[in-house]
Amino acid sequence: MAERQAATAPWSPPAASAAGAPAAPRPSPWLKGLPFIGPVLLFIVWDLAVRLGMVKPILLPPPADTIATLITGLAGGSLLVDFAVTVWRTLQAFLIAAVVGVPMGVLLGSNEKAYRSVEFLIDFFRSTPSSALIPLFLMIFGVSDVNKVAIAAFGALLIVVFNSAYGVMNARKQRVMAAKVMGASRWQIFRDVLVWESLQPTFVGLRSAVSMALVIVIVAEMFIGSDSGLGHRIINSQQVMNVRDMYASILAAGALGYALNILFLVAERRIVHWSGR
Amino acid sequence: MRAHQDTVLNGPVYADVPKAPFVPGPAGTHITIRGLTKYFAGWPLYENFDLDIPKNRIVSVFGPNGCGKSTLINMIAGLIPIDSGEILFDGKSLKDTKIGYVFQNYREAMFPWMRTIDNIAYPLKLEGRSKAQVDRRMEELVASFDVKFDLKRFPYELSGGQQQTASIMRALAPQPEVLFLDEPFSALDFEMTLFIREKLQEVFMQTGTTMLLVSHDLEEAVYLADQVLLLTKRPTRVAEILPYGDARPRTVETLSEPGFVATKKRSLEIFQREVRR
Repeated sequence: MAERQAATAPWSPPAASAAGAPAAPRPSPWLKGLPFIGPVLLFIVWDLAVRLGMVKPILLPPPADTIATLITGLAGGSLLVDFAVTVWRTLQAFLIAAVVGVPMGVLLGSNEKAYRSVEFLIDFFRSTPSSALIPLFLMIFGVSDVNKVAIAAFGALLIVVFNSAYGVMNARKQRVMAAKVMGASRWQIFRDVLVWESLQPTFVGLRSAVSMALVIVIVAEMFIGSDSGLGHRIINSQQVMNVRDMYASILAAGALGYALNILFLVAERRIVHWSGR
Repeated sequence: MRAHQDTVLNGPVYADVPKAPFVPGPAGTHITIRGLTKYFAGWPLYENFDLDIPKNRIVSVFGPNGCGKSTLINMIAGLIPIDSGEILFDGKSLKDTKIGYVFQNYREAMFPWMRTIDNIAYPLKLEGRSKAQVDRRMEELVASFDVKFDLKRFPYELSGGQQQTASIMRALAPQPEVLFLDEPFSALDFEMTLFIREKLQEVFMQTGTTMLLVSHDLEEAVYLADQVLLLTKRPTRVAEILPYGDARPRTVETLSEPGFVATKKRSLEIFQREVRR
């Protein structure tokens, strides 16, 4: 392959770098450590605040203890069970939103009149904090597990629909024209161009949707009579003043959200490999 | 006054406007344009525009900015709807005609989710050709273009010139009757322009495909052309059609030959006359 590339050299233009990815300068090992500075600083400040007695230990446990609680909890303790329950609910909500939302968004996007006719509804409910709808969902689904998943799925769904629809509507006109001039039918243009063009915005939507689903699941676990999940655990440990467990649960929720985000970024880079090029 | 004379009592309920009789072009005409009318924002861009484009020739379209050079070929290629008029290819409508189109912006014309080879084969697949037929045609193309880069790569991994080569191959894959080229060199550097210009000339000498080339570079326009079609400012009319008959293959030496110099000079004079008008 390298030889074939070399063979193109005689007429390969100097502008080659404009199309290919520009070679990034290799970061020194020092720069690689930069992202860790923030968290380490936070832990030092936290530790000092506890050690110097600036905050009562009953409100803020030392960081080392909190981390220890987090690790033992996640390594088979009861925290793991609540963690798993929250993950499961979030995934259920996300899957419903994705399975319903992506086809719905792509279809609405390919028919702009249809989208315009529901645009207000989508924008209105997308702007409504989903937690404000909890009482409404309580009336419909009752105090149940289904309720938490349903409301999270609803919040996530609108984000997915919105992004996928705009992905199709903002498809590069020239790619559509290129397919058209080659004789592609409306359906072929949809299948071979529009769906692909919408993939990148769809991934943006899916990534925001999973974060939204996690937020709503945690809130729902806190306030809709619940006996499991990270939200339930945070509220519970706060009420019995088990601060160590409370902070460990908060950190677990944060780690979960962060991990989901990274997961989707990686998946996006893999699947939408042409994005930004 | 005239209106008074023209008033007819008890005239017919609807006026029977006789259709202008269709006047075919001279022998060897490929594309016949009659009564083409196109308004842009209420102003006529083309009004009752007639043109004959010869078969198995390269016609370069050249004219002042905003006169609608690209619009003209886009209307012929069916990418922009026309307000009225008739465009026939050997007496057939566009629907029954195989065309190829090369865009200026190759980056937004190729499909980055397909490998380059699949991009080139795409119009063949649209035609529903069998795998064996597609493979045979692809081998022909690769051989006739003397491709030295790796077609298994994605388009964004290629240089600009390689991408434009690939998009010309894609346009030629289904053996179109007419090839449209909308400023195919404008996004390329000089070296690449020379290379693709030679490729186009080679392809033309092999196949004799009718080509319509829009160019903003006069030298380029004349170099490849059998006819230089000079347009006026809007409302656009044909200013003049200059034949240019130097033998192919034309080379760098052609650029200093009296025939070339004279055609270029004459084109420039007409162009300047039209710009000042």
